[in-house]
Amino acid sequence: MYKGGKIIASLIIFVAFLTFPFFYNMGKVNAGPENLDSNIKLTANTQCVEPASFMRANHMQLLNDWRQAYVRDGKTVYTNSQGKKFEINLDTCIKCHSTGAASNTAGVSNPALNTTGSSKTLASNSDQFCVSCHNYASVELTCWSCHSEPGGATK
Amino acid sequence: MSINRRQFLRRAGIVTALGLGGSFVINAAGSKLAEAAAESTYGTSTQGLAAKHWAMVVDMSKFKSKDDFKRVSQACDLIHNVPDIGNTKDEIKWIWEDDYEHTFSGGENEYLTESFKELPFVVMCNHCENPPCVKACPTGATFKRPDGIVDMDYHRCIGCRFCMGACPFSARSFNFRNPRPFIKENNPDYPTRTQGVVEKCIFCVERLAKGQKPACVEVSKGGLIFGDLDDPNSEVRKIISSKFTIRRKAELGTQPSVYYLVGGGEHA
Repeated sequence: MYKGGKIIASLIIFVAFLTFPFFYNMGKVNAGPENLDSNIKLTANTQCVEPASFMRANHMQLLNDWRQAYVRDGKTVYTNSQGKKFEINLDTCIKCHSTGAASNTAGVSNPALNTTGSSKTLASNSDQFCVSCHNYASVELTCWSCHSEPGGATK
Repeated sequence: MSINRRQFLRRAGIVTALGLGGSFVINAAGSKLAEAAAESTYGTSTQGLAAKHWAMVVDMSKFKSKDDFKRVSQACDLIHNVPDIGNTKDEIKWIWEDDYEHTFSGGENEYLTESFKELPFVVMCNHCENPPCVKACPTGATFKRPDGIVDMDYHRCIGCRFCMGACPFSARSFNFRNPRPFIKENNPDYPTRTQGVVEKCIFCVERLAKGQKPACVEVSKGGLIFGDLDDPNSEVRKIISSKFTIRRKAELGTQPSVYYLVGGGEHA
């Protein structure tokens, strides 16, 4: 191979550079999202809309389908794979998935934020259910810029 | 440690193929999860109100003063978190008042009775049968439901305001500012809007789904009558087919579903 040594050496340096973050973080403990279990309110019926494994992977798809069904198709009741009926509403989720700790007196409060008037969720230190995972995954959610939390709704 | 180009490419190909194989496994696991929810279904609530064509009659004999009108508009503002920004430039209107001349423009009569000139005409989205806003909306955020209500999907609104240009009744408002600081009393059961979204009266579709009539109808003391226009036994249909009603800008052919009963009461 013409100038083989230089090419192979460059490739090794390139690959080492590319994989540096993986080796740099190797062996370090990844704590994962925090407060997940402690942020589920235990009620008489704590069964989720669908099995937890499904919800973990597909809750965003389910929320999209719910939005389509409620807003555009006028369907307000969801019957899950076990035949159990749920009202299509964000409140149905938040009833369990919120400790209500983020409620505030300003009127419009935000379970993912702990503050009002801001649309930035990633910088939040809230102990709420959504934000604990979404901060970890660095996925910004915009639900609470319009919808309010259940603590207010049930007051 | 000398390999030729052919060997190098072959080895690189094998490594790539192995990487691809990994993603197939992940995809297969995902589709199994999706099957778990395939049996779920969506349905309508049994207690919800249903109709083939929702329509509203505004009985002008019941709107004599500003107070009659205020009661109606405040009920709407409160329940839908309509902000009070305080200037006409940024204002959000769902149900508002206008005078006869502007409500029924083109049909005004120079020698109209004084009482009519001063009446606060209750004005809202007309929920037209041929809604120009729906045609103009490029994203489908404004759409006509099968029951005749022209509804808004705020999630889809991109704020282009084509619908505002298309609507001949100025029934749509644009959120030039974040409405949240201007909401005096927040109703947590109904979402607010964000800056850059168009909003309007939606005949309280969220209340109809729960079996309640629109908020303005409930507090109007009979001034607003709401019902199914396609049902010959409904109060709305009986009024429209037996008394003289007028509609806003009927000459445009949008076929509004809001009728004004102007000849009622003492004017009969």
